[in-house]
Amino acid sequence: MSSLDPRVNRLDFKKATDGEVHTNSHLITWEVFHQDKRGKQAVHVGIVHASTPEMALILAKEQYARRGKTTNLWVAKTSDVYTFSTHDEDIFETTPEKTFRDPAFYKVRDRIEKFQNRNKVTI
Amino acid sequence: MNNLAIKDLLLKMADDALIIGHRNSEWTGIGPILEEDLAFSSMAQDKIGHAQALYSILHETFGEADADTLAFKREEKDFKCCQFVEQPIGEYDFSIVRHFLFDHAELIRYDMLTLSSFQQLAQLARKVKGEIKYHVMHADIFVKKLSLGTEESKARMQSSLNYAWHMALGIFEKGEFEGELASENIFAGEEELKKRWLEKITPILEAAGLKVPLTEDSKIVYGGRKGFHSEYLKPLLDEMCEVVRSDEATAEW
Repeated sequence: MSSLDPRVNRLDFKKATDGEVHTNSHLITWEVFHQDKRGKQAVHVGIVHASTPEMALILAKEQYARRGKTTNLWVAKTSDVYTFSTHDEDIFETTPEKTFRDPAFYKVRDRIEKFQNRNKVTI
Repeated sequence: MNNLAIKDLLLKMADDALIIGHRNSEWTGIGPILEEDLAFSSMAQDKIGHAQALYSILHETFGEADADTLAFKREEKDFKCCQFVEQPIGEYDFSIVRHFLFDHAELIRYDMLTLSSFQQLAQLARKVKGEIKYHVMHADIFVKKLSLGTEESKARMQSSLNYAWHMALGIFEKGEFEGELASENIFAGEEELKKRWLEKITPILEAAGLKVPLTEDSKIVYGGRKGFHSEYLKPLLDEMCEVVRSDEATAEW
């Protein structure tokens, strides 16, 4: 079999398949958080495979910080992240109804205008 | 300022960067894991960027041909890269060892050049400092991890280091203008660079459990800086320039 890509023709496929990869020998995963500005929150962006935290950072840099602005990256072992069971999703079920927790629920525009008129300020 | 001396320095740096960039890009798509494939490819791309910046100084300041012409339309004998960067990528152990040895030299070289009296080079050195720092961080982590890994990975790293050693020392082959470059504060010289490089890499290799090979001066692979190359450069150039040569009249780059 020959390829138009000379690199592929140079590959020794026979040699490459000699090794066997066992499921439990895969590298573990790390959750990656990206911070674009100092002081701003680090935002979760995805995962990388790596064997150490240093390697996770070094690989995360090219996966998740290859464009735009970055000041720092965080990584944390996926296994260190605790989550609710998917069966417990119902604890969030009624939350969207609780509009009184939304600032837009309160009609305060009249009072703000009254305050502005009294103090002659513009907001 | 001594133009011949500066041109010689720029050209060998640019050719090193272009050829190692091309070599390392041969891993693109066939790297050991997806993440590493992308990281190694990005660093190869950075190297080609450094080559382009250096060729552009040659073009704009010294009236040499433009970057693409310098990169793709020169004869093998006109290249001034060291023979180390021409070697095939081999297996991943050799590519990582070469990346480690080469990039430590690059980091120190560019660090020295931030003080160069030749302003364009000093500016470029300050600009790319962070990129090369990352390349070295990456190299250090992989050298440490693979050398302290399994018996097989350790043996592979040691044998690649032994194989690479005297070729790597060829990076520091002296040019004909060492004296001029130093006296005009353009670049402190290959000997100084080699000294700092050995001081820097020795403890890292030892901490990784590797034995630093003994240097035998007669075995150091010189010649590249004078246009004498290994059997591997010509096929690399043929492959790298295949597209541009096939459509010379109309290709736009």
